[in-house]
Amino acid sequence: MIRHLYANTGLLSRLVLRQDRVRLPIWLLALIGATLLVVNAFATLYSSQPKRQSMADTMMNPAMTAMVGPAYGIENYTIGAMLAHQMLLFTAVVVGIMNILLITRHTRAEEEDGRVELVRALPSGKLSNVTAAITVISGANVLLGLLTALGLIAMGVDSIGVEGSFLYGLSLSATGIFFAGLTAVFAQLCETARSAIGWSMAVLLIAYMTRAIGDVSSEALSWTSPFGWIVRTETFVNNIWGPVLLTFGAGVVLIGLTFYLNSIRDVEAGFLPSKPGRKKASPLLLSRIGLPFRLQRTALISWAVGMLVLGASYGSVLGDLESYFSEIEIMQEMLAQVKGVSMTEQFLTMLMAVLAMISTIFPMMAVLKLKGEENKGRTEHVLGRAISRNRLLGSYLVLAVFFSFLMVSLSAIGLGGAGISVMEDGLSFSTFYNSAVVYLPAMWVMLSVCVLIIGWAPRLSGLAWLYLIYSFIVVYLGSLFQFEEWVEKLTPFGHIPDMPVEDVSWPVLAALTAIAVVVTTIGFIGYNKRDIHG
Amino acid sequence: MTVLRTSNLTKHYGKVKALNGVDIEVRKGEVFGFIGPNGAGKSTTLRILLGILKATKGDAQIFGKDVWHDAVELHKRIAYVPGDVNLWPNLTGGEVIDLFVKMRGGSRTKKREELIHKFQFDPSKKCRSYSKGNRQKVALIAAFSSDADLYILDEPTSGLDPLMERVFQECVMEVKQEGKSVLLSSHILSEVERLCDRVAIIREGKIIETGSLAEMRHLTRTTLNVETKEPMPDLTGHDGVHNVEEKEGAYVFQVDSEKLDEVIAYISSFGVVKIESAPPTLEDLFMRHYEGTGAGGVV
Ligand SMILES: Nc1ncnc2c1ncn2[C@@H]1O[C@H](COP(=O)(O)OP(=O)(O)OP(=O)(O)O)[C@@H](O)[C@H]1O
Ligand SMILES: [Mg+2]
Repeated sequence: MIRHLYANTGLLSRLVLRQDRVRLPIWLLALIGATLLVVNAFATLYSSQPKRQSMADTMMNPAMTAMVGPAYGIENYTIGAMLAHQMLLFTAVVVGIMNILLITRHTRAEEEDGRVELVRALPSGKLSNVTAAITVISGANVLLGLLTALGLIAMGVDSIGVEGSFLYGLSLSATGIFFAGLTAVFAQLCETARSAIGWSMAVLLIAYMTRAIGDVSSEALSWTSPFGWIVRTETFVNNIWGPVLLTFGAGVVLIGLTFYLNSIRDVEAGFLPSKPGRKKASPLLLSRIGLPFRLQRTALISWAVGMLVLGASYGSVLGDLESYFSEIEIMQEMLAQVKGVSMTEQFLTMLMAVLAMISTIFPMMAVLKLKGEENKGRTEHVLGRAISRNRLLGSYLVLAVFFSFLMVSLSAIGLGGAGISVMEDGLSFSTFYNSAVVYLPAMWVMLSVCVLIIGWAPRLSGLAWLYLIYSFIVVYLGSLFQFEEWVEKLTPFGHIPDMPVEDVSWPVLAALTAIAVVVTTIGFIGYNKRDIHG
Repeated sequence: MTVLRTSNLTKHYGKVKALNGVDIEVRKGEVFGFIGPNGAGKSTTLRILLGILKATKGDAQIFGKDVWHDAVELHKRIAYVPGDVNLWPNLTGGEVIDLFVKMRGGSRTKKREELIHKFQFDPSKKCRSYSKGNRQKVALIAAFSSDADLYILDEPTSGLDPLMERVFQECVMEVKQEGKSVLLSSHILSEVERLCDRVAIIREGKIIETGSLAEMRHLTRTTLNVETKEPMPDLTGHDGVHNVEEKEGAYVFQVDSEKLDEVIAYISSFGVVKIESAPPTLEDLFMRHYEGTGAGGVV
């Protein structure tokens, strides 16, 4: 009986490996490479104890706690402690995203495209497909953990011991397996790959935020989040294994739930019931941007709520931050390089850059959606009728530009609203809002890159995301690693004036907007010339 | 009057030569059949005609306008049904039909309801739950409820049941009577035989035969079923005779149309007891052309 359920799993696993023979190694290499590079950078930049200790001081505040987790081992801030404290959570989030994308790709996406049906018709078991996907991806997670551990050991840094290295690596594995299980569950519940990814990402975001709020104000709240568990391993200092086992166990439970759900449902069905819909199209759907809007409506609502909540949760720590800064006057003097600007305002600039980049994700997805439509063979219906290519691409772009405005505004409203309510010496709301919308030109440059890719080489859409990740690393970790100036100038986000610390610079904003317009135009030219594949 | 004309239409995908100089011509008021084995280049041709793919070489015009440059203008007069109808899973069939009509610049008509009724289609379901045939119905209803001058249909009936197939044929006859033109690619030969005035056969990206069915029949073979008093030992070797089968003194074989006269004279010398002739079907014609297509394979 059991054998029936799992027949041909081995063969299917090989198929998964074959499909991902490039993708998986790239993910693993990038993750391991980044970790080892960080160790290397830390070891070079913070070679002496006093340097590390001064960094430790900047870590001891609620904002940093919200971002990277509670500080530990601060009295003796070794390279190992620095690594685990500042990088473990960040890397775990990326591992979570990796698992969400890979698991969806091999479960619901395969099913949605009808390939699972083909496989099921062969002598393979009911659970074989999902088992193969979970086995291979979990294997990849374990491999990632082990290789990371071995790499860390091989770096030969004193404070990075063998046990700690394995704990660090396996923390990543366990987080990966947890999110693999979580995504697999959503892949059973949702009928489309897009919504499976959407729900899983939402849970990831919520897990990150509950941990952030919990770490700052209530530890019990942190214990509801897998990220809250992982930062409590205190790797390289106390090496606590319990949280890793907890995460791993939770992942196994989710995988069990997946098997159960998979075994009681029909192929290509979900659990969310579908009710009869409209017999006729509404005028809204028939309007110029009706179709692209309708296709992204659900995602839009989720992202809008998400950005508002994300902004608000960052905003809610601003009060703690303010009182913290005012307590330690010495530090205030030490760090406040700019006269007349409070620490909170300086911190705000960094926060805004991060929020702006997160706000760019959904608008970019909105432009790249057109490529997904082409892959699914649905643009043919549109272009086969009296709709020009300019109008088709234009309708997606117009929506994306509107989304960029909406997302960045919502995150500013969330941040400002929560910030003002918790701060005593509050900044004005317009300070918050202006320092957010000033990022719009940079966001438009990112959108224009998406248009360029759609126009000339839709297969390379991954590059757009790489560019965003690059921007994120450069801007978010830039001050930590003290990159060269030009490295920061390669991303549009690096050019945006740091309001409210700096003044708004209209020429820079105009130049970025001009670049966006030119690149977009080139993209449109390409889109008008190339073959449409479906 | 010519509605659609291609000359030397060529399409290369990198090294793959999908089309190799395709010439077709569709006249006003006719139903033009486009047949050929899998991978022959039918869909590629139709997509070039729609301005979705760009021809590597050659020229294609509809209503005297270039299919690539004047695509949007032309599409107001064309209705297209693609080979694979992929729809948006979270929209209902009714919504998609309206959307398609609107995208051509039209608006909801009485014809829509008529067709929904005729095709026995439920427009209130989400597209994800439609079977292949039902998805095709969405595209067909949208196409026939719009007022086009040229219908370009790529295997529109491959998922329809026989009853719906008949409804489809009625629709085609109806637009034909209104003086409109239809370009129909299909693998269902009986359908092509019933509907089409003229046919083009494409193989490996080349048109190998064009003409009315009557003209094509002339080029092909008639099947004879003959019983003679005396056996005909040398029949197999006779010029123009093919695929001889002998069963209990009866011979079934095919004769090249142009050799029919000679062959009949030859058989009659053996004393004909019974003779039956069957006109060549499109299938015979088709098979003859398809055989030995190598990579393309046989349907
Ligand atoms: N994007 C592409 N890249 C490379 N080759 C392609 C591409 N699209 C089509 N081809 C090739 O072009 C040829 C013609 O394909 P086409 O889809 O036009 O065939 P078809 O006659 O419609 O076949 P069918 O009867 O199966 O629908 C095939 O050999 C196919 O492999
Ligand atoms: Mg085809």
